[in-house]
Amino acid sequence: MAVLNVNGRDRDVQADLDTPLLYVLRNDLALNGAKFGCGLGQCGACTVIVDGAAVFSCLTPIAALAGRRIRTVEGLGTEQAPGTVQKAFIDEQAAQCGYCIAGMVMRAQALLEKNPHPAEQEIRGHMALNLCRCGTHMRILAAVRRAAAAMGTAENGAKG
Amino acid sequence: MNAALTRRDLLAAGGGLVVSFALGGSPARADDEAAPAPRLPGSLKDTPLLDAWIRVAPDGRITVLTGKAELGQGLRTALLQLAAEQLAVAPAAIELVTADTGLTPNEGFTAGSHSMQDSGTAIFNAAAQVRALLVGAAASDWNVASETLSVADGMVRAADGRSTGYGPLAAKLSLHVQAQPSSSLDDPASYRVVGKNLPRVDIPAKVTGGAAYVQDVRLPGMLHARVVRQPSAGAVLREVDTAPIERMPSVVKVLRDGSYLAVVAEQEWPAVKAMRALAAAARWDETAALPDEAKITQTIRALPARDISVLAWAGAAAPAAKRLGARYTRPYMMHGAIGPSCAVARLGDDGVMTVWTHTQGVFPLRAALADLLRMPQEKVRCIQTPGSGCYGHNGADDVAGDAALIARALPGRPIRVQWMREDEHLNEPYGSAMLAEVSGAVDAGGNIVDWDYAVWSNTHNRRPAVGGLMLQNAALPDNLPVPPAAPIPMPEGGGDRNSNPIYTFPNARVVYHFIPDMPLRVSALRSLGAYLNVFAIESFMDELAEAAGADPVAFRLRHLQDVRAKAVIRTAAERFGWSIRPPRADGEGRGFAFARYKNLGAYCALALALRVDHESGRVRIGRVVAAVDSGQPISPDGIRNQIEGAIVQSASWTLYESVRFDRQHVTSSDWSGYPIMRFPAAPESIEVHVIDRPGLPFLGTGEAGQGPTAAAIANAIKDATGQRLRDLPFRPATVKAAIGV
Repeated sequence: MAVLNVNGRDRDVQADLDTPLLYVLRNDLALNGAKFGCGLGQCGACTVIVDGAAVFSCLTPIAALAGRRIRTVEGLGTEQAPGTVQKAFIDEQAAQCGYCIAGMVMRAQALLEKNPHPAEQEIRGHMALNLCRCGTHMRILAAVRRAAAAMGTAENGAKG
Repeated sequence: MNAALTRRDLLAAGGGLVVSFALGGSPARADDEAAPAPRLPGSLKDTPLLDAWIRVAPDGRITVLTGKAELGQGLRTALLQLAAEQLAVAPAAIELVTADTGLTPNEGFTAGSHSMQDSGTAIFNAAAQVRALLVGAAASDWNVASETLSVADGMVRAADGRSTGYGPLAAKLSLHVQAQPSSSLDDPASYRVVGKNLPRVDIPAKVTGGAAYVQDVRLPGMLHARVVRQPSAGAVLREVDTAPIERMPSVVKVLRDGSYLAVVAEQEWPAVKAMRALAAAARWDETAALPDEAKITQTIRALPARDISVLAWAGAAAPAAKRLGARYTRPYMMHGAIGPSCAVARLGDDGVMTVWTHTQGVFPLRAALADLLRMPQEKVRCIQTPGSGCYGHNGADDVAGDAALIARALPGRPIRVQWMREDEHLNEPYGSAMLAEVSGAVDAGGNIVDWDYAVWSNTHNRRPAVGGLMLQNAALPDNLPVPPAAPIPMPEGGGDRNSNPIYTFPNARVVYHFIPDMPLRVSALRSLGAYLNVFAIESFMDELAEAAGADPVAFRLRHLQDVRAKAVIRTAAERFGWSIRPPRADGEGRGFAFARYKNLGAYCALALALRVDHESGRVRIGRVVAAVDSGQPISPDGIRNQIEGAIVQSASWTLYESVRFDRQHVTSSDWSGYPIMRFPAAPESIEVHVIDRPGLPFLGTGEAGQGPTAAAIANAIKDATGQRLRDLPFRPATVKAAIGV
């Protein structure tokens, strides 16, 4: 039994406290974004953002999450109104099977919130924790660069 | 999702009068019987009724059906483009139903880069013929000639301004008619949708958390199951005390049948914990004996073989001036889906077992499941629901077997089985280890005058269409017969796929040594034997070019007749800037390779640059430029996405991948034991140039890049270091040992 703050809402969850967040998101809260990939923190398909940092939801028990802000890909936008990073992935057609993509979007989001102008090597280094098997790497990198540019534009726009 | 759509809905959508009659042609006469029937385009030859493919409801709603599946290759989008083009509607106006044994045509497996050739061609022609029937109905109504009518946006219009929608016209005619051998297709120059980059229709849901995968299926009352697999092939479950596991919270049932062991729980995480406790409690007798991994290609080569002659050319030629020989090998390789396999099954009150599955073949799987469950096929329905990309025969079918077996034991309850990472890594059928031995000779003028090629491989097709090929069969009592391994005949081929060179040589012999005994469980992995054969042929072409003192690109061109092959090679070379060789730093090299997949599908040539770090032996790929000819492109960006993906995936295979095993167990149980490419090692850039071939037949693209990438990397490493690597993969330690630092 726990209260989790997911995408800005407090949610009562009946699961045992040792349950990894991934299972609670997918089953208790019916959120599809975070995916089961390995359960070992090796692939990043389950990546969500907790208090601004990208984490492996498959390894994080909900006991560790009381009072913390959890964000999933569902919290970034919708099909009709995608968030900046989501829109960049759509614009670059950065998916094949797409199974890894929600995790990629979340890891990229965490990077760009901290560092809106990452160098290419910073992007590659940051994304290194997430695996893609279809070989969509070039498009995913292009989407992260596109999102960074769009966020930079928005920032400049706000300043201007 | 397909689950929401029933046969009744579709029959209603078909609407109108359904009368079965043969359209056109005179009744067959006895003396015509010997004449071959005209061949229908694509999969229409197996499923010739138009309404099996396309239905138009009285309200104008259009449903298109395909027996092929979305595997992440963009099939859904491409088929919508084809149907929309010929039906003269927007793609968004069409509902597409993919592989479902209850609804769609049987198109076998979604495999072998056949979907556009088979299903795409069928739908393109069926749509054109449906449009012609609709126009014909309007012409008849208005008493005008069909040629005077035009169609756009789902409306038929007459020159005098009269117009009508497809719905009312469809209500007056039957689409339950035989397709014709030829269709009235538009001039490719007028295409509005085909050849354009329609954004993939499935991507928005996939980036926003929409329900997109079988993993996302949640049915009322659904239970979660996990399986404790045999720890090695043939292992026998000696004893297991299930009582403590049955008392664990949330656990509904422990299933034991012979050596088959599974646990079912109300919630997923308790199911995982119970599975681990059950695995710890199980005692097995193991007898498996695996070969020595370090000598696997020698083992394969020494096993009894069935020898198949692929080709034998003999002709006059100048005397040989130089002769070379080489041997190339590949290890066992994994599909390695990012999402382990998953399925949901439910045994309904009506006795029908419904299975939601990411299989590549719903109809063959239905047969295999019926066999395994001892149920009649008509009591099993398989609904394809996308999973993580599979790249061939992985755990998708087997997890469906788990879900169905467990669902049979708990009637009425939907059962979701999600394989764990180790389940997938240890139990998916691998791509076979292989070797090829080649010798060739060039004459004094640098032309190849003799070519001798032999390849050794296990089968590349153990896809289940019978229960004996399901993973569960070995664990269950009363084993079903296991069919012997069989080769896939040429021209498609299995281990010999692409062993027949596309080049022209006066003398050549190619032999496939098919090895029936399988030391490890194997089946289809993207491109089958073409990965090794193209790697070997395209590496050896560079070796012969060097012996002839020729540029590798010019050397290939002068041994080719096929103009489309030459065009992709020239395009890749020109766009890469092959003829300009800038000064290069130490460890930098460039390589070129080409193949036409199966010598039947898409043409793909590529050039790449890379850098070898002498200290570590690490290879970093720089710029990659590819050219591809897929016939009439349906979505050029879809082709680029597939080829980019093939290049990166094949680069990962080539630089890192082999299944590791000791004398009893596979030890590559997760990504630490089977590393694949990560972002820092991805190429600097990839450009793919799609050659436009308006109106030419669609050529399968999905596997065309695998072989050329491996050879281009090997050729570039040779260029960079002077060392020729012939044993895959090229891990840093291997490269470092070869370059001797």
